[in-house]
Amino acid sequence: MQSGPENNAPTPDTTASSANTPSPLVAALQQEHPEWISEVIVAFGETTFVVPREHIVDACAFLKSWSEGRFDFLADICGADRGPEEEPRFEVNYHLFSTTKFHRIRLKVLLNEEDTHVPSVTSVWRTANWHERETFDLFGVIFDGHPDLRRILLPDDWQGHALRKDFPLRGYEPYSLK
Amino acid sequence: MSSTPTLAPQFEVVDRPLDTQMTISMGPQHPSTHGVLRLELVLDGEMVVKATPDIGYLHTGMEKLFEYKKYQQGIVITDRMDYLNPLGNNLAYVMAGERLLGLEIPERAQTIRVLFCELQRIASHLVWLGTHALDIGAMTVFFYCFREREKILNLIEAASGGRLTPSYFRIGGLMMDLPAGFENRCKQFLDDFPRAVDEFHTLLSGNRIFQRRTQGIGQISAEDAIDWGLSGPCLRGSGINLDIRRANPYCGYENYDFEIPTEPDGDVWARYMVRMREMKESHKITVQALGRLKPGPVKADAPKVVLPDREAMKSHMDALIHHFLIVAEGFDVPAGEVYHPIEASKGELGVYIKSDGGPKPSRVHVRGPSFVNLSALPVMAEGEMIADIVAIIGSLDVVLGEIDR
Repeated sequence: MQSGPENNAPTPDTTASSANTPSPLVAALQQEHPEWISEVIVAFGETTFVVPREHIVDACAFLKSWSEGRFDFLADICGADRGPEEEPRFEVNYHLFSTTKFHRIRLKVLLNEEDTHVPSVTSVWRTANWHERETFDLFGVIFDGHPDLRRILLPDDWQGHALRKDFPLRGYEPYSLK
Repeated sequence: MSSTPTLAPQFEVVDRPLDTQMTISMGPQHPSTHGVLRLELVLDGEMVVKATPDIGYLHTGMEKLFEYKKYQQGIVITDRMDYLNPLGNNLAYVMAGERLLGLEIPERAQTIRVLFCELQRIASHLVWLGTHALDIGAMTVFFYCFREREKILNLIEAASGGRLTPSYFRIGGLMMDLPAGFENRCKQFLDDFPRAVDEFHTLLSGNRIFQRRTQGIGQISAEDAIDWGLSGPCLRGSGINLDIRRANPYCGYENYDFEIPTEPDGDVWARYMVRMREMKESHKITVQALGRLKPGPVKADAPKVVLPDREAMKSHMDALIHHFLIVAEGFDVPAGEVYHPIEASKGELGVYIKSDGGPKPSRVHVRGPSFVNLSALPVMAEGEMIADIVAIIGSLDVVLGEIDR
């Protein structure tokens, strides 16, 4: 089977889309706060900043009121698990959007398995509340300073975190309230 | 069980003679919670002091399921998230996949996508209007809305074979081209539809009871709306002119002539007016899209990703091999991550896909507009009467299938 689909997948499109952050903004931010950005990834027309977790609240608060970018809208927070053998294992992605300039940007925090604490950004955007609860519920990422960090989708007495790669898809134990 | 069960603190009976507050649980079986939403309400008389939404009753682990399904199988799951807007969900998902693959979608497929997304938006708004009015006490509107929605579902059925779960958009284009005679049927519906919207206005907009139940109720300011991440008609009802179709255009929306309705007041009435006007704008876009339909391919030229035509499989060896491999093994998607937002009927629907290079995604996350809009319910509900809660929930247009996922 020489003609399998896996042999020549189309090359990814890395040209800038309208949703992309223009590179002058990236350069300006890197110059102003180099300690906040440990890596810049530009791929598929999206810009990602890898931010050390101790700076995530400062970076978000700055980006929110930054006159050149005005990323005033937190579109989404989502976790991701790279798998139990990977280190750092967890990612927390913050998708920011500017309601006036229409740019988008992604901030990424990387976490080790033993220490899944991230400062909460609920003080910057109140919408972060439910997103962080969801990430806590499904990945076990603990958001320090969150006002009400409870499970949101699964029952309060659920064991484990369902979207971790080592959590089974199927189980044979019927669920019962303890 | 011999021991007495311990009650959660909010349900404990406390003897406080001067304290008039009480906690009640509204839902998950309450008919106006649109599914299985539960609200924990602290009331002082009839006034809501505190409202806490409790979700998760419909959690089906869709995001987990995506990781175990091939990319093309995931489309079927998206149908079941926001079941009033399945084509919008399909679109966000397949476009995220297409961006990872770097596919170029033919013009005709793009136009048909716009056409169906706008029809679906009208259908979604019709269900909202019918149920919203029903919650407030106007039953007649419901029947008129569902009469019109039926016509749209028939059009979707004609094209895709499905009514509620069409799965019509595929990675690389469409499932198949439109059937013969579709343009005429669609045109027939579009000719009649503006009259139906006027009919809804005569039923509701001039109704004094409806006005009193909605005007000044459940207000949220523009700053709060952004802070709480509201999107779609809820955000535009607070006076912010933001629409992803304009802000980050996709599928060629930049070439269509339409307005973005906004209302300044931020109350239930404002959100009602925004959606009513949006139906007319969607109608305008649909008419334009139908006029632009030109013959052409509806699938991208990517034989390793897009299923071949049935006819080609009967005569071409390579088409048969491609079909077998795509179905049996799937197609590899380059490693990387994308977040693709679209303007669904309820707001910003974003699909985040993280690929590690295989035929199955490593992570799929859906930013559901209903999920975020519902999280702002306490801001709108606190200080209002308990009877207004149903009006506020109705004005948010939540679909629990998407919230709980």
